[in-house]
Amino acid sequence: MPEPLLVAQNLCKTFTSRGRRVTALDDVSLTLAPGETLGLVGASGSGKSTLARVLLRLLAVDAGAVRLLGEDWLQLRGQPLRRQRRAIQMVFQDPLAAFNPRATIGGVLADPLRIHALADRAARPVRVGALLERVGLPASYAARGVHEVSGGERQRVAIARALAARPSLIVFDEPVSALDQSIRGEILKLITDLQKSEGLSYLFIAHDLAVVRLVSHRVAIMESGRIVETGPTSQIIDSPQSPAGRSLVAAVPRLEFPRAQ
Amino acid sequence: MNRVAGRLMRSPEGVAGFCLLVLLAAMALAAPLLFPGDPLVIVGRPLTAPFTDPALPLGTDRLGRDVAAGLMHGARTSLLVGLATALVALAAGALVGTVAGLAGGLVDEALMRVVDAFQIVPGFLLALAFVSVTGASLPVIILAIALGAWTGPARLVRAEVLSIRERDYVASARVIGMHPAEIALREVLPNALPPVLALTAVIVATAVLVEAALSFLGLGDPNVVTWGSMIAEGRNVLRTAPHLSIVPGLGLVATVLGVYLLGEGLADAMAGREARG
Repeated sequence: MPEPLLVAQNLCKTFTSRGRRVTALDDVSLTLAPGETLGLVGASGSGKSTLARVLLRLLAVDAGAVRLLGEDWLQLRGQPLRRQRRAIQMVFQDPLAAFNPRATIGGVLADPLRIHALADRAARPVRVGALLERVGLPASYAARGVHEVSGGERQRVAIARALAARPSLIVFDEPVSALDQSIRGEILKLITDLQKSEGLSYLFIAHDLAVVRLVSHRVAIMESGRIVETGPTSQIIDSPQSPAGRSLVAAVPRLEFPRAQ
Repeated sequence: MNRVAGRLMRSPEGVAGFCLLVLLAAMALAAPLLFPGDPLVIVGRPLTAPFTDPALPLGTDRLGRDVAAGLMHGARTSLLVGLATALVALAAGALVGTVAGLAGGLVDEALMRVVDAFQIVPGFLLALAFVSVTGASLPVIILAIALGAWTGPARLVRAEVLSIRERDYVASARVIGMHPAEIALREVLPNALPPVLALTAVIVATAVLVEAALSFLGLGDPNVVTWGSMIAEGRNVLRTAPHLSIVPGLGLVATVLGVYLLGEGLADAMAGREARG
């Protein structure tokens, strides 16, 4: 068995707000193999986004360890941390909030190329154009402002930005829940197509199973800071064991008609 | 930027302020051309009334100095002090506010207590004390006024930075491995500045008034003409030659009004509002 890409062990995180302690992560462990998509499902406030932010080193944990590509990821600091960040990228829920309001699309995509020295100054516009085409946008979009394009297009730019760093793992935090129903399918198809062509690992966070089942190999179900159930997608959908899993499966809308009596 | 300029030019206060300031700037720039030489030299009989001598349209003061030349050259000093003070105050405030907001913790606490210390002393007293100790020259006066003016921008920038640093686009910048200094300068600061620019108008106007007050008290730079020192001169003959105080006073009113109106229009334009009313 190949070494897993990412191993998280016993992660704990507690927030204190106005004297109340809220446990966001309670002894969470998970592993992710290269080329695998793990769907992370749970109700609002179950700790999914906290887990994402911890794995991206945007939040510090209280306890636990994460190994990424064989390195002790949570112990890195400063320059080595910034260099290693290339391996794990993120696509945020709200594509409007995820970009500097003043940025142009070309500038946004050139930043990771510059920071990680993936392309020299002269080669960057070509690489930016190629990235845009890979996510289904015309290369001419590079000159536009991030705020001049539609929400779906902006989320494509966010995916292109994540790809620009040539990561091993991309964390999607509810990437389609802020988008129109009509374009969700296209974005999900883009995400799965990219995985096949690039061999990426995904951690795909969503609050409904209907989206997660389309993209995930395995599913983990979170409830109040704990992973209560994990297994292959079909197994979780067909026979959920935990109460949280059963209620999530029951919440998936189905096209079934009641049988005539 | 073009949209902001367009909205500014459609708002009545923006246009009025812009015109007033263009007029004053033209006066300041044209001063050495129209009135070459030192405006402090004696050119005629003392206390010539205005509109009596074509060569001295606004008359002369108690020592026979040209009031029109003083008015034009005074515009230079007032605008220079106003803009330079705002620049110094904004730069210092933005630096302190950004560092405090991003660093947090002890650094934030320490910097904010320094801001408190400056804020509890009235700005004018601070400037007065600073100038009396160090002696009056234009750079010292600018620094002295900025000493009381940088705390507003510092607080405002810090508050903006505290909100902006939690935004997703700052998280995105960290995720792609951007250096913290670059995040501060490229992602956070440019987005924290617009509300501070609206405050600039208040700083410029206050600086012009404080400079005039310092000059009025005889603490201005004695080598340059300022509206404050002209008013101080005219005060002694207020009954017999009121124009000596009124003319530079009108200059002050026009400057402060112009700056306020432009600032008001600019704040509205940047907030995306069309002209009210």
